Amino acid sequence: MSAQPKLKKVFDRPQCLKDVPYHYCPGCHHGVIHRLLAEQIDNFGLRGKTLGAASVGCSVLIYDYFDVDIVEAPHGRAAAVATGLKRARPDSFVFTYQGDGDLAAIGTAEIVHAANRGENITVVFVNNAVFGMTGGQMAPTTLEGQVTTTSPYGRSAAEAGLPIRVTEMLSTLEGTAYAARVAVDNIKNLKKAKAALKRAVTYQQKGWGFSFVEFLSSCPTNWKMTPEEANARVGKEMADYFPLGVYKDVRAN
Amino acid sequence: MYFDSIIAGFGGQGVLLMGTVLAYGAMKAGKQVTYMPVYGVEMRGGTANCTVVVSDRPVGSPIIHEPVTAVVMNRPSAEKYAPMVKKKGQVFVNASLIKKGQFECRAKQVHYVPTLELAREMGNARLANMIMLGALAAGSGVLSIEQVAKALPEALDPRYHKMIPANVEALEAGARFIQGKKAA
Amino acid sequence: MARRVMIKGNEAIAMGAIEAGCRYYFGYPITPQNDIPEYMSAAMPKVGGAFVQAESEVAAINMLLGAAATGARVMTSSSSPGISLKQEGISYLAGSQIPGVIVNMSRSGPGLGGIHPSQGDYFQATRGGGHGDYRTLVLAPSTAQENYDLTMDAFDLADKYRNPVMVLGDALIGQIKEPVELKPYRKKPKPKDWALTGAEGREARLLKSLFLADGELTVHNWMLAKKYKRMQKEVRYEFYRAEDAKMMLVAFGSVGRILKTSVDILRDKGKKVGLLRPITLYPFPDKAIQEAAAKSKLLAVMELNTGQMVEDVKLAAECACPVEFYGRPPGSIPTPDELAKEAMKIWRKGGLK
Repeated sequence: MSAQPKLKKVFDRPQCLKDVPYHYCPGCHHGVIHRLLAEQIDNFGLRGKTLGAASVGCSVLIYDYFDVDIVEAPHGRAAAVATGLKRARPDSFVFTYQGDGDLAAIGTAEIVHAANRGENITVVFVNNAVFGMTGGQMAPTTLEGQVTTTSPYGRSAAEAGLPIRVTEMLSTLEGTAYAARVAVDNIKNLKKAKAALKRAVTYQQKGWGFSFVEFLSSCPTNWKMTPEEANARVGKEMADYFPLGVYKDVRAN
Repeated sequence: MYFDSIIAGFGGQGVLLMGTVLAYGAMKAGKQVTYMPVYGVEMRGGTANCTVVVSDRPVGSPIIHEPVTAVVMNRPSAEKYAPMVKKKGQVFVNASLIKKGQFECRAKQVHYVPTLELAREMGNARLANMIMLGALAAGSGVLSIEQVAKALPEALDPRYHKMIPANVEALEAGARFIQGKKAA
Repeated sequence: MARRVMIKGNEAIAMGAIEAGCRYYFGYPITPQNDIPEYMSAAMPKVGGAFVQAESEVAAINMLLGAAATGARVMTSSSSPGISLKQEGISYLAGSQIPGVIVNMSRSGPGLGGIHPSQGDYFQATRGGGHGDYRTLVLAPSTAQENYDLTMDAFDLADKYRNPVMVLGDALIGQIKEPVELKPYRKKPKPKDWALTGAEGREARLLKSLFLADGELTVHNWMLAKKYKRMQKEVRYEFYRAEDAKMMLVAFGSVGRILKTSVDILRDKGKKVGLLRPITLYPFPDKAIQEAAAKSKLLAVMELNTGQMVEDVKLAAECACPVEFYGRPPGSIPTPDELAKEAMKIWRKGGLK
């Protein structure tokens, strides 16, 4: 009888993620994005010096999943709270994790000025084109014509304007050192997302300034789609209006 | 011991500095003191005034309705503040800009100090405020000139410390003017 | 002996804060408190801290929240309209039990109002001010020296109760220049076992105000309520010439100090008038009011508003004696003579001799 082949562990839960099930809806991308961020915290050995600013939205419960020190910021204020965290503890790794309702609507001033000051923090921005937690209302990133609970006839450009492209906007600021838009709808994009996050963490670790990664994300529940349909929409409609790519990488050469 | 003064004039005449120097001098002399500035809208050219209260006891109100003394450096200030001074109080009038009869006053003692003329004699018109402060100190007896002079190193910006001797001379000139008038 | 310096009320606040170990300051310009951010912008880098001029009052209070979450001593300051904007953050600080010091050098309102001294923010300060069932400790200085001393105490109290503390002054208290004895801060602040410092070698820590699980928020709010009850022992006040007073004036802050002169004027005229000056506005000195009500035949509350603290005085006095009120909206600072005259009107109306 031949010996059992030796099994090698090729996949595991990142150490800084707790062993608990997510509360997120089936097909939501938050879980994958959490994991990618946790991998990088592990990768850089930062669990013991990480300070997170949780935001308001579906991901407010990020502290139920991440095994790191976290403070909950008021709606939209995570970038200001992170500024305080980082100024008081410059050697810590400081991140925010914010949705599009939080960052691109009520928190616009905070994100623009944190970026413009070149705060040495890392911002993870999850754009699912809708206010998720409150029940699917229109967000500043909602696509033209998209039906939501507060745009029942579809988003009208005449009345609500067109969606804000946050990564492009922040890239115009001198203080923004790294900015990328990524997605996790397929393996190819997921790998790029992983690389972008790694780059963003590197920026903060080296003290190179403000780093920003926008994730296009699905929201099957509020989009009223199956997970497969929602995932497909991210790569098509979403990515058409919000092109993926690295927008700023001031240390690239 | 209780003393108060409203010091008023155009912005730029150095009225706030007069109050500051007086307040520092009082503090250094071990008195209780409160200084309250009131600015016009503009930093230069508008009206400015401050109130200084000096006492042996903790100072209650920093603002005064019937002051013991007033220093008026321009005509609008004379019109506004001279009438408020107590009957037994003293008014120190900048005679270079204000003439007798241009304002009402119930205070018996009104000192007309030609601050600009005296300052020009000393070769620097900007010393007019220190001449007036010397007159106020000597006329009211609130502090000696030495006590006021001790305030200058702290009250003046270090940029102007080289001007301290000239400022002390101006304080003395103001005091001499008042004493000469008293003697006369 | 401690150094004695002649400084503005606003500067005394900044200097007291730094002496008490404040190393981070976040603010936004607004008259009449700009001396504080200006002072801090120069001083913070020199003491190894940081100053950030925030993009808004809202951002400033949330920067404070972040820095204070790490256990640092942190301050922000503003004036009335700016304090309204900060209420969101103050509510979160209270809910998350993060200590911080907030200075309100209040001006007149409502709306943009003016830059005159005003006591119109009494209700806002003493009732929490933002949303939810919470309180901030409120200290009301009346001199530059008290600005210095009470700001130092504010940091200790904030840490002791893990609660926001407000220092409530006004344009007069901020602009006044007086000698201040720079007493050294000698206390050794205790380590904060809740602070976010990175979870190296320990369990992760969490500071939050969201409690969704069944019954969790009830428990949290009861715990906060008990804490506010414990705060009652921090009550402070001052009696002035009160021994045999037939009428007790009650006033805080700038009006409180002006009334000392009014009391002197009235005493010189043989009228037995005293003053009770609350120094903590929350907790409110209920017992001192009751003591005054038992001693005097009449309480006369005077404020630079149209009637706010008078409600607390009435509640505390519990009808033990009549409570009269004189107040005026902002516009001019009342002089001691004017207030003495108003006090005499109340005196006569009360049938006192």
